[in-house]
Amino acid sequence: MFPTPIARARPSVRTIYMFGLPVSLFIWLIPLLAVMLTSIRSAGDIAAGNYWGWPQGIFLVENYMAVFQNSPIAAFILNSFKVTIPTVIGAVALSCLTGFALGVYRFKANLLIFFMFVAGNFVPFQILMVPVRDLTLKMGMYDTVTGLVLFHIAFQTGFCTLFMRNFIRALPKALIEAARVEGVSELRIFWFIVLPLMRPAIAALAVLIFTFIWNDYFWATVLVQGEHAMPVTAGLYSLNGQWIASWHLVSAGSIVAALPPVAMFFLLQRHFIAGLTLGAVK
Amino acid sequence: MADSIAGKSYWHQNQRRIAPWIFLAPGVFMFAVYVIIPIFQSMEISLYDWDGIGEKTFIGIENYIELLDDEAFYTSLINNLLWLLFYMLAVPAGLFMSLFLNQTVFGIRLVKSLFFFPFVISQVVVGLVFAWFYDPTFGLLALIFKTFGFQPLAVLADERYVTYGIIFAGLWPQTAYCMILYLTGLNAVDPEQIEAGRLDGAKGWRMLWHVVLPQLRPATFIAVVVTVIGALRSFDLVSIMTDGGPYGSSRVLAYYMYEQALSEYGFRMGYGAAIAVVLFVIMMVYISGFLWSMYRQEREGR
Repeated sequence: MFPTPIARARPSVRTIYMFGLPVSLFIWLIPLLAVMLTSIRSAGDIAAGNYWGWPQGIFLVENYMAVFQNSPIAAFILNSFKVTIPTVIGAVALSCLTGFALGVYRFKANLLIFFMFVAGNFVPFQILMVPVRDLTLKMGMYDTVTGLVLFHIAFQTGFCTLFMRNFIRALPKALIEAARVEGVSELRIFWFIVLPLMRPAIAALAVLIFTFIWNDYFWATVLVQGEHAMPVTAGLYSLNGQWIASWHLVSAGSIVAALPPVAMFFLLQRHFIAGLTLGAVK
Repeated sequence: MADSIAGKSYWHQNQRRIAPWIFLAPGVFMFAVYVIIPIFQSMEISLYDWDGIGEKTFIGIENYIELLDDEAFYTSLINNLLWLLFYMLAVPAGLFMSLFLNQTVFGIRLVKSLFFFPFVISQVVVGLVFAWFYDPTFGLLALIFKTFGFQPLAVLADERYVTYGIIFAGLWPQTAYCMILYLTGLNAVDPEQIEAGRLDGAKGWRMLWHVVLPQLRPATFIAVVVTVIGALRSFDLVSIMTDGGPYGSSRVLAYYMYEQALSEYGFRMGYGAAIAVVLFVIMMVYISGFLWSMYRQEREGR
């Protein structure tokens, strides 16, 4: 193990480490802690300029109630779910198919198509912006959740295919060969043999895509205008404009907006990290 | 009988040739419509003068010629270079954080996930938090400055510092990302080589440089790739924290393109597309490098 385990270090070093760990964590998270603390402050605290000191009383319930009552944030969050969940399902489903095709079969265009997905996944969004917005307008889906979902599914298929294909490549080939010898059709091989083995990859991708899409801000501003379809990221920004100097509300809103992906991360951490670090070890 | 064999056998004989295309069809269709074709459409639009609604007028490379004389374009380009340069700090910072955290003490799992936290939350939230952190009247930074008797610095209102301020905010989640990549990489480092290195008397820096880092190459590669792409894609933080200001001094290409094509400054789709093409070409340099290295891996893997 590198670096040397702290248990083997000198006692003085160990003490410094055990002390330094929580301190560095605290410093690292100061921005977040400040937001949490502010989200339970009173308006009076903010007016008095008490931003960083201990709050004068805890206004947790009041502030969060105010956020939900005075703003459409509940609707924004619902929109975020309406965008995120279908995207996760769609992108994962499509990439199970493409990943299987590219991971199992050998044909001429294989690598070319695979590289197309990989390269497309890395392009700057701006090169897609004008045509995609135009296409969405023409299909009558501008300013709708559906328009946003369709784009997200298509774009995320790139990353998901990269992931799925590499995952399937690593599966034992003998399983598929044996089934073929038995005369099992290709469709059934996919459905009954490969798909059950892909569960960990599906879980990892689902968590990761959920976070990506939930946190998307750019496309939410490009393809959506009105509040009725606006996800919480874009919504929070517009609320920030309305709540000038009401930092306790902005903070509470930020926390509400950040909660779903954070919860997802802590519940499914193992899958999340497996998805994110794909390729970091070989 | 013969008929049914013939009917059946076409599928049977060819299904391994046809099947991949059936599996690929929906994904390739969606990706082509929303990603591949739009890239070429943008290139085409960049040759037109277009407000997004009315008729397009073909103007050849005039948009690009205009770019050459556009101060704002150069500001954005230079800022993108600054992003590329300083965003890279996330890679070594992430490495050192992972070395710091790669221990087995009580509660380390929780500590690691808390360190990773900034990456999970939206950049909108990160931007709001840092805008607030930098506020010259009540922000934490101003408070620190005042404590030491300095005049507080209005980071986001000062043309000299604004881009660095935004990059610093971006480094927070990006370092967390690199950290997690390296932590996973460190898990896979061969303990025998470490022990062998120790027997040879390698310690600390020398061990890190000669034994550990070479084994972390895949993690470094991914960390550099995602950081470069993150730097060139930087949009959210600029939009949230400054809207490109003050006086457009914190614009990056991604933001300037959006501003030209879709904001109150006018719907100049063609000009915006030209900016996007420039950004795309810069990005393509890195993407080609990435594909090339993948291609080599693939050939070795066979």
